[in-house]
Amino acid sequence: MLTDVIQAIFAALPVGCIYALVALGVALIYNATNIINFAQGEFVMLGGMSMVTLYGEMHVPIYLSIFASVAIATIIGMALMKVAYRPGKNTSLIIVLIITIGASLFISGSAMHIWDADIHRFPAFSGEKPIVFLGAAIVPQSLWVIGLTFLLVISLVCYFQFTIHGKAMKACALDRTAAGLLGIKVKRMVLISFAMSSALGALAGIIMTPLTMIDYSGGMLLAIKGFSAAMLGGMGSFVGAVIGGFVFSFLESFTATFVSGSFKELVTFIVIINVLLFMPNGIMGPRSKEGLEEEEVLGE
Amino acid sequence: MIIKIKDLDVFYKNIHALKKVSVSIENGKIIGLVGGNGAGKSTMIKSITGLVPIKNGKIFFNDRDITRLDSASIARLGISTVPEGRRLFAPMTVQDNMNLGAYLRFKNEKKKDIEKDIKKIFELFPRLMERKNQTAGTLSGGEQQMLAIARALMAKPKAILMDEPSTGLAPLIAKEIFKVIKSLKNRGYTILLIEQSARMALKISDYAYVLESGKIVLKGKASDLLKDESVQKAYLGV
Repeated sequence: MLTDVIQAIFAALPVGCIYALVALGVALIYNATNIINFAQGEFVMLGGMSMVTLYGEMHVPIYLSIFASVAIATIIGMALMKVAYRPGKNTSLIIVLIITIGASLFISGSAMHIWDADIHRFPAFSGEKPIVFLGAAIVPQSLWVIGLTFLLVISLVCYFQFTIHGKAMKACALDRTAAGLLGIKVKRMVLISFAMSSALGALAGIIMTPLTMIDYSGGMLLAIKGFSAAMLGGMGSFVGAVIGGFVFSFLESFTATFVSGSFKELVTFIVIINVLLFMPNGIMGPRSKEGLEEEEVLGE
Repeated sequence: MIIKIKDLDVFYKNIHALKKVSVSIENGKIIGLVGGNGAGKSTMIKSITGLVPIKNGKIFFNDRDITRLDSASIARLGISTVPEGRRLFAPMTVQDNMNLGAYLRFKNEKKKDIEKDIKKIFELFPRLMERKNQTAGTLSGGEQQMLAIARALMAKPKAILMDEPSTGLAPLIAKEIFKVIKSLKNRGYTILLIEQSARMALKISDYAYVLESGKIVLKGKASDLLKDESVQKAYLGV
């Protein structure tokens, strides 16, 4: 029993990191633009697939492969910004949302043609030999995932908490006009946020592929999980995004261990539907009066 | 002469919002621009700051043509705005709002110097200092207006454009705001003050323009306009 619990935790931790990274990417773009990017999972897929080709098949040195894979996803992310971000053009949020869903389908479809429909992986960073702890096993790659996620989260939080550049990026989302009047080049900020977000996604894909494997279609489900995690945590909150990611991964892992593996997604979606219905601001989101008023209007 | 606006024509779709408007803003002066609702006052500020497209005419800042620049580039030249409705970053603290006011200075100046400046500006607005760690959204209307002015000052601007700073404030608080604006002039700032409360604006302005349905109908020394019969009738309720 104890071993089962520890094993479930070991399984949940790296997956939670990946969900958290995707959720952070969603929160990052949301924080700068109020756009919810459903193509976020595609960056993960692109990062993983590029790494498969470069590192796994062409045996390019690992750092160069990582750099190139992140660069590829970042360029696509910046291209997505040019398509999805259209301020002052009377585009409603729903249109932008559909643009990002369309972009997601386009990217995964293209990936199927560029690569193939098979499932891929490449060798783990430091061997595949599991480390046994109290009868439960964890592979070294999981530790890589946990460690790197920790570093990425810390640096993101510091960027937004302590640097003027990070605060300026947040200002762009809060009030684009006011930000512009202060001399902040809003468009460039938004481009940077898309670049950061896609790089983050690609890194997630790179570190997770030896663990979870990847195929061309893996992005959409990840994006939905990441979006759900970001919603659960409170859209725009980084701490919330990380918490949300882990809540979902633990729910899934424990459901898979103690109920059935085929139920794990069911639990995720039951939770997210309830979050959307009953606490749309999430765990860390603002409890604003406006939000309450909106809810009341919806209830009428 | 710091800002020179020449024969400005601005349209909102079919509405001719500004009709051949010319205004000069001189160094170290408060220039008032008064007029009723829908006279085109806010459009003036939006045209200077690059927020509305300009059909005809030119805007010069220190002899440099800024007519077609975007708002960030205009801010970078040294024009700060206290926008209509204040437009503070409500979930951010007072301190962060002020830091963002100095956003452009962070590249070339030390953080220490900027913090020193914040302290100096807090002397002007002691109430903001008490609330420096509160979020801007929790401030009262008057405090928010002061923060909007403080944020504009943080950029060390060469000129400040103020769009209806007294709107929505109780008369006593509005009076306090005008006092602050006057003291800014004494510190050497150049200000374009756009106001609906004509009397208070004219009292602290050096020179003023009266805008009526997009046209300048009257201009002159503010003290003269205060005595002008037509101004008194239309705007001062005498």
